[in-house]
Parts: sequence; structure tokens; C-alpha cells
Amino acid sequence: MILMELFIGFLKVGCFAFGGAYGAIPLIRDVVLSYGWLDDEMLTYMIAVSESTPGPIMVNLATYVGSSQAGIPGSLVATLAVVLPSFIIILLVTAMLKGLLKSPYVQAVLRGVKPCMTGIILATGVCMIARNGIVIPGSSLTWRPLILTLTLGTVYFGSGKIKKGGISPIMLICLSALAGIAVYGL
Amino acid sequence: MNILPVLFLSFAKIGLFTFGGGYAMIALIEDTCVEKKKWITHDEMMNITVIAESTPGPIAINCATYVGFKQKGFAGALAATTGMILPSFCIIFAISVYLDRFLEITWIAHAFQGIKIAAGILILDAAVRMLKKMPKKVLPRVFMLCAFTAMLLINIFSVRISSIILMLTAGLVSLIIFMARKASSKGGDGK
Repeated sequence: MILMELFIGFLKVGCFAFGGAYGAIPLIRDVVLSYGWLDDEMLTYMIAVSESTPGPIMVNLATYVGSSQAGIPGSLVATLAVVLPSFIIILLVTAMLKGLLKSPYVQAVLRGVKPCMTGIILATGVCMIARNGIVIPGSSLTWRPLILTLTLGTVYFGSGKIKKGGISPIMLICLSALAGIAVYGL
Repeated sequence: MNILPVLFLSFAKIGLFTFGGGYAMIALIEDTCVEKKKWITHDEMMNITVIAESTPGPIAINCATYVGFKQKGFAGALAATTGMILPSFCIIFAISVYLDRFLEITWIAHAFQGIKIAAGILILDAAVRMLKKMPKKVLPRVFMLCAFTAMLLINIFSVRISSIILMLTAGLVSLIIFMARKASSKGGDGK
């Protein structure tokens, strides 16, 4: 049943998403693609939409995927599932297990999990850019994504060098929308 | 005055006005909970950030649950967390109903071709930031490289291996290394 699948799928995301929203994206991709809820294209759109709407990105993605699969009940179930693990863990940590996170064993596990998460996010970023911007076999339109990738990448990472902090993610998304209209409209 | 509606509304405001999630929210949470309402101290705020980084889930939710619990126990945690989620839930739900129809409009579809690329750049940027914050030692680098390579291969060959497996493996290996080192140093002391 779809509601049960949504619940279990996003519970997994909520349990393992270390490192905030970007840690959740590879996990959400795993779950969403393996159940066949959305295709890669639509998921990528939604990541950008979640960036540019208020609220935690992970919660936004869960609400969207849930809603697209099973309307209001789906969005409620998916949102609840993604939030539940951190809600329970924080309650446990603050109420009872104050020393838990300081335990050398827990610290040892986290020392492995965190760099692993960094590697996973890095690979996801590289693959997304490669897939969307550079390698599109058999397409005559390859130059457009390539130009977009190079321009936007230079602007975003370049602005970080010129001004401290650079342009904000929302600014980049607005710029990228304009660039998309310009490049594809021509 | 009853604190529950205040908790709910304060966090609803944070949820409604922070874009970009995660770390962008911490600044506003600090402003509201430490500076204005004095619900928690600055040190506690630092503590939550550390806890949030070591526990899974959205950082904003971790903060809301903690502050709510400190103020009014379980009911407080529930009020603050619900407040945090509700605004974005409503907005995203509305978007989800209309997004498909929006995408049929040519210029919006073009805009999303650009946006799609921005999403990849943002993820890469997040990873680079995490790389910079990583302890500059051999072991974390090895973990990072192994995970990176494994994830690339998984993506290229479309293997059905969840990244959760990678994380569990990394956690387990790290624990075994820790215990082995501890055992060997104890053995050394004995001699």
C-alpha cells in the first residue's frame, strides 16, 4: 500500500540523513527512484523548488513526494515520517540520555558516518551535474546545458571568491531560471 | 500566558521566513529563542547545533524539538515542531497540486532547465563546504574517498545499493577500528 511505503521510505530518510538537507538528498533519491515515485528530472526540479520555498528542505521534499503519490494523506504521512526520527532522538537525548552522544563508542561510529556522508553528497553532486549539464548522449541540444553549467558554475563559485559568502542559493536559482529562459528561448 | 501557542507561533514564523533550510534557519532560531524570548542561553544554542550535527534529520526540527521540550516538556516539543513544519507544508502542498500544469508552459519549462543545473551546483557546493570542515586526518579522508567512489560506481552502473548500507558500513568499520586501537593500547599497558 502506497501510504505504508511512503511512511517506511521517508522514515529511512529521517533516520539516516546526517548533515542536514544535503545529506538527505542522496537518500531521498535512493528511495524515490527505487519505488519509482518520481523520475530523476522531476526530483531535481523539486530540489530546486524546496530550496526556494521557506522551511526545511527535507520536509519540503517529503511533503511534495507524498502529495504527488497520494494527495493530502500521502503528504501528511511522508512529512510525519521524515520528522519523526529526529523528534524522538532529540527527546531521548535531552530527556534521558544526556551522555549518549559523548560516549566514545557513539563518537567512533559518527567519525565513520560523517565523512562517508560527505563522500556520498560529493558523488551525488558530481553525478547530477554530469547528467544534467554535460553528458546527454544522442542529443543535438548538448551545448545548451553545457553553456548553462559553465556559466552558472563560474558565476556561483566565482562570486564566492570576489565577495565573502558570494551569491545566495536562492539568488543562484533565480539567475538559473532567467538563464534557462534565455538559452532555451533562443 | 500559556506558552504553547507562543511556541507554536514563534516557530511558525521561523518556518515561514527562512529560505534555504538548515543553517540559514539557525541564525533566525538563535535570534528568536536566545535574543528575544530568552528561552535558552547562547551556550545551549551552541550545544543544540552540535547535537543536531550528530543526529539525523532536519536541523531546524532538531532545534524546535529541543527548545519546545525545554519550555514545556513533550507538549512544548510537539507545539514547536508542528509550528516549524506547518507553513512549508501548506506552501509545498499548494505547489505540488499546480507544478505539473506550470511545467506545460513553455517559458517555465525553459526556466526549469536552468534551475535543474543550479540544483546540482548547490549540492556540489554543500559537499565542498563539508569537505573543508572535515578533520584533516587520514582516516576520515579514506572513508570519504571510499564512499565517494562507491557512490559514483553505484550511480554509473545503476546498482541497487542504498547509500544507507554505505553509511552503516562506515560506522561499523570506524567502531571496529576504535575498539581494536583501544584493545591494543590496553594490551600495551599490561606489559
